[in-house]
Amino acid sequence: MTDGTRPRGAERRLRAPRINPVWILLAVLIAAIIYMNTGFVEPTGYMNFLKRAAPLAILAAGQVYVITSGGFDLSVGSLITLVVVGSSMLTNNDPAATLWVIPLMLGLGLVVGFVNGLVVCFLRVPSLIATLGMMITLNGLAFLWSGGAPRGYLPDTYRFFGRELIRDVPLVGFIPVSVIVMAVVIGAYGWLMHRANLGRQVHAIGDNPVAAHLAGVPVARVRITAFVLSGLSGAVAGILLGGFAGVSTDVGAGYELQAITAAVLGGAQLLGGRGSVPAAFGGALALTAIFTLLNFLGLPQPVRQVVQGLILIAAVALAMHRRRQTGT
Amino acid sequence: MKRLLATTGALALSALPLSAQNFDDPEEFARQQEQLQAEPEGPEGQPWLQHIGGEMVETADLGIEAPATVCFSNAGVNNPWRVVGFTNMNQELANHDSIGEFIHVDAEGSDDKQIADIDDLLAGGECDVMIVSPNTTAALTPAVERACEAMPVIVFDRGVNTDCPVTFVHPVGGYGFGIQGAEFIAENVEEGSDVLMLRILPGVDVLETRYSAGRRILEEAGMNIVGAEFTDGDNAQTKSIVEDYLQRGNIDAVWMDAGATAVAAIEAFEDSGYDIPVFVGEDQQDFLRKWQDEGMTAIAPTYPTYQWRTAIIAAARVIEGEPLPGPEWVLPQPAITQENLAEYVNPAMPPLHYAMCGCDEMENYPEAWGGN
Repeated sequence: MTDGTRPRGAERRLRAPRINPVWILLAVLIAAIIYMNTGFVEPTGYMNFLKRAAPLAILAAGQVYVITSGGFDLSVGSLITLVVVGSSMLTNNDPAATLWVIPLMLGLGLVVGFVNGLVVCFLRVPSLIATLGMMITLNGLAFLWSGGAPRGYLPDTYRFFGRELIRDVPLVGFIPVSVIVMAVVIGAYGWLMHRANLGRQVHAIGDNPVAAHLAGVPVARVRITAFVLSGLSGAVAGILLGGFAGVSTDVGAGYELQAITAAVLGGAQLLGGRGSVPAAFGGALALTAIFTLLNFLGLPQPVRQVVQGLILIAAVALAMHRRRQTGT
Repeated sequence: MKRLLATTGALALSALPLSAQNFDDPEEFARQQEQLQAEPEGPEGQPWLQHIGGEMVETADLGIEAPATVCFSNAGVNNPWRVVGFTNMNQELANHDSIGEFIHVDAEGSDDKQIADIDDLLAGGECDVMIVSPNTTAALTPAVERACEAMPVIVFDRGVNTDCPVTFVHPVGGYGFGIQGAEFIAENVEEGSDVLMLRILPGVDVLETRYSAGRRILEEAGMNIVGAEFTDGDNAQTKSIVEDYLQRGNIDAVWMDAGATAVAAIEAFEDSGYDIPVFVGEDQQDFLRKWQDEGMTAIAPTYPTYQWRTAIIAAARVIEGEPLPGPEWVLPQPAITQENLAEYVNPAMPPLHYAMCGCDEMENYPEAWGGN
């Protein structure tokens, strides 16, 4: 499960099929979790895990477009906060309001991504700075809107996507709605990236924008599309997070870096040219697995942060090392 | 991996004693336990005017003429507790003709900015009285000392390491908060029950003292503390942690050092199909509503936001030359219990509104606090 643009038939004959290291890492982490807590093999265990991973997995799928196209999107975390705070202000305890608030929030994600893309393409602001500015702006907007303390609850109709379970499902017993949302988004983003022309174009402009331009790729349009897809993923993640845990004013804090980390764990190359949606999904699961495992180990918080940081560095270093060795 | 864990663990542990402060002081614990029981002096039903302990300071000789300018250096308005408190403060201003002008500077949660703010206010020369709500204790002490040389200073919420301010307004304190919740648990579950302790983050004095007091009471009562976890004040993380604990074992009671994520913790029980156990939350409306709707066994210790009113009242008394409780103005710190829950639940208020605001009789209630 590596990126789909790489010819690999010739090498395959010579050695065992290569697996993206993220899946090995994930398997090791899952094994460790099961060793710590056998309840994990029950549906409640792994379904809770998937439910928890869903927002990050969706974000990572969006982020991988921007990274592959040669940029960063730091604005998604504060976009999540704005979506949750804004939704609580707009729904104002009215269950019927969900019907228009959710489309509006998805629209907000599209607009934020579109503006990010425009700023990067036409004002020539590096994406790191453009989306950093957007992150600060959106945080400020969320604060202005709510005055620091959100004024409404999210109605149950809104929270359906992040909180409810579909019960009486054969084999697994139940499926959280958010896991279904995740499957749909990952499926759609994966298809766009690896089976549609857009994916090839995103890879091309990330690898070499000049060559891509000369080859007839509409660079600006593809780059903006990448930011729009990332913005949309931020809005979806916000709706799921708000549904999962309710309103808080810093719900999205830190998610932008987690999404980038997940994509890189999945082998995406910073500064572009290489990236895979399924592998970013694996990266998101691995990252969530690290958090879960550290919860189970019951280490004190400072030790946990040290271990978490070291594991991340080691995992990404391993991924890079393997890539160099195999020359891809 | 194991060696890595051991090394990092050893490193972290060896670094601990360097920074260790005493957050588990038996004398302070006993003092606050006593203050919780004490009968406060002052007008009944108006806890923001009451005080525990009788010492007063005279301010007649400070020689300030009304109307005077009051400057307020605020650590931040960066969480719902401070938003409610700051609203209380602004509304209280309307009650005092002796305060001519009120200048507010927001340090946005930064020590450096607050130190600069205080120096700017002093250099500006417009202030007659200064109110300081320090961001952190040690860092702000020198700045507060400089302010004391120029004018009367009132400190509230977190303290400073100097007795130069006219008074330091604060409720009973962190130990008191921890005691109220843990004693409730000890009274409502059997000895040996499984208690999960949820904390926001390490290293903050008012939160560390809540935890050390809570833990002391729970251990003395023979409870089995299954874990003490940091939630970062994040709903999603809180819910995940509680779900993980439920997968591994039983929980009879949940103690929390702050209530912001209490509802998320309760939902973890609901969504995993368990009965809601005995709960310690705080006075936020979302928790109080949940408590009432689900008929929970719960308590809400408070860190009352009405202390923000008291800071203005203290400033007004300084200007008017009236005596006021000092050098410490210890406010009562009531808990919301099953008996008085109905008085505090108000569905018209925002979910993160702190009910123990002492603000429901004020003129612009509830609109100014975001209610409808």
